[in-house]
Amino acid sequence: MQFLRDLLDKAEPNVQKGGRFQSLASAYEALDTMMFTPGIQTRTASHVRDGLDYKRMMFIVVMALGPCLLIANWNTGYQAFLAIEAGAVPLGDWQNGLFQWLGGQYVSGDVLWCALFGALYFFPIFIVVHVVGLGIEIVTAQIRDLEVTEGFLVTGALLPLLLPATIPLWQVGLGTAFGLIIGKEVFGGTGMNFLNPALVCRAFLFFAYPAYISGEGPWIAADFLGVDGFTGATLLAQAAAESGALHGASWSAAFFGGIAGSMGETSALACLIGAGLLIQTGVGSWRTMLGTAIGTVVMATFLNLIGSDTNPMFAVPWYWHMVLGGWAIGTVFMCTDPVSSAYTESGKLVYGFGIGLLCVIIRCINPAYPEGMMLAILFMNMFAPLIDHFVIRRNIARRVARSGA
Amino acid sequence: MLEHYLSLATKAIFVENMALAFFLGMCSFLAVSRKVETAIGLGAAVIFVLGLTTPLNQILVKSFLEEGALSWLPGGENVNLSFLSYLVLIGTIAAVTQIVEMVIDRFAPALYGTLGVFLPLIAVNCAILGGALFMVQRDYTLGEATVYGVGAGVGWALAIVALAAVRERLRYNDVPAPLRGLGITFITVGLMAIAFMSFSGIQL
Repeated sequence: MQFLRDLLDKAEPNVQKGGRFQSLASAYEALDTMMFTPGIQTRTASHVRDGLDYKRMMFIVVMALGPCLLIANWNTGYQAFLAIEAGAVPLGDWQNGLFQWLGGQYVSGDVLWCALFGALYFFPIFIVVHVVGLGIEIVTAQIRDLEVTEGFLVTGALLPLLLPATIPLWQVGLGTAFGLIIGKEVFGGTGMNFLNPALVCRAFLFFAYPAYISGEGPWIAADFLGVDGFTGATLLAQAAAESGALHGASWSAAFFGGIAGSMGETSALACLIGAGLLIQTGVGSWRTMLGTAIGTVVMATFLNLIGSDTNPMFAVPWYWHMVLGGWAIGTVFMCTDPVSSAYTESGKLVYGFGIGLLCVIIRCINPAYPEGMMLAILFMNMFAPLIDHFVIRRNIARRVARSGA
Repeated sequence: MLEHYLSLATKAIFVENMALAFFLGMCSFLAVSRKVETAIGLGAAVIFVLGLTTPLNQILVKSFLEEGALSWLPGGENVNLSFLSYLVLIGTIAAVTQIVEMVIDRFAPALYGTLGVFLPLIAVNCAILGGALFMVQRDYTLGEATVYGVGAGVGWALAIVALAAVRERLRYNDVPAPLRGLGITFITVGLMAIAFMSFSGIQL
């Protein structure tokens, strides 16, 4: 490590003001603080004596995303191999070329080949997100004379998980740029956005290029057109299209993650493990997650009781809602985003409740979007400041009443 | 019947939100959204004016202006006064706004002060005229017009109050200098409209 420290120290004069590589100052700073504990000490008030700083908090979230990431790699391959075993043709892209060159077998039972195949799709997206994202972070920091913050780490880890495997890479880059610049940087950077940047990116892609991120096509990385009895639609979309689609489906498959969908969203189990870590460390708010769960149960049960002859989604019970689509990953990793959610403790319950309610409503009554979680979270992000406003006003009123003033 | 009115109200509030789906009434939407309290005040005034003028205009249009509406008069069968409708709609709106202004001035002088010029400007707020014109175009009955007017007002008020709360949160942000003020507000409104698209496409 001493070697690295020396190297960084030697480079430092060059990137300071007036140095030769002044324009690389933010990049240098980011690298330096990533490798070593910053040497800055606080000398005047106020002192924060807490091990949980910004960087550690972000890393905990990234660690909590780990199980989702693993399942994402496996399931991308698994879904493609299932399709190929049913008679689909492998796509003629470079991923399949490389896979065959490595001697890969299209066997859905083989976890390692599944994971390798999935990684060939997942990592290009992951790399594009990080190159574009970090590029934007460093350039903005440099222009605005700020330090590069760690906020992008979570967005960068989360975003590839929200996208389908076959999305074109230029769209990934474009979406990342939109989400980061319009969703975050123009508001002043990390911690100042009012919407979740990863969701802004996904919503942008969803409305701009719907054919690449919804419907039957994008979820499975194989050419399954013309295969009898095989559908590329997500289970959620199937449930919206015909009643009884869930009778033949296995709940445990949806829980463990072996269903079609965006790469990282399919496994409720992986999200549950992540939720455990987030709640245990106090990084994610259990109130938000609880609120979302209650909202979902209430609304789904309500719609079950109303019933509908024409809309099969009304009959979907709450325990299915929780394992389908983006519900799990949304509840654990996106509702709990401390920046865009409500700040007050009781506000978080209301905020989560609203998300659960809206998610089920959008899924059930909006035929255009069978996936409601993304839009429900964006919608409640917008109302989170208002919830806080009323919670604070109520608290003030209660304290005034208590003190008798 | 109740179901019909309910779905009409939902449509007016969420699916066809005046501010975030049609972008009507933008000037006061952007200018009076700095504080939640003021936004609530203006929102309430807009609900009141829309809820009152839309049915009023419906009565006027149906009983005087439409083709054949004057058939109760001798020789009125062929009279079509609908070319006057813009004048009449605007006139009604201006009159009702005047009344609201006097009422607020009398009973809530503080709110009157903060709303300032934007209170009389409700008279030319395009959300209000938009509500009246949609009512004419879609041929609403009196009941429907009332529900639609109130619903559209509630939708607009909801949007401006949410925007005000977001702007209060953004107040201490380090926004790049060229975007401060209206610039960042426009971007905020655009992003809010994306979130509101969750309701677009709902058939009621």
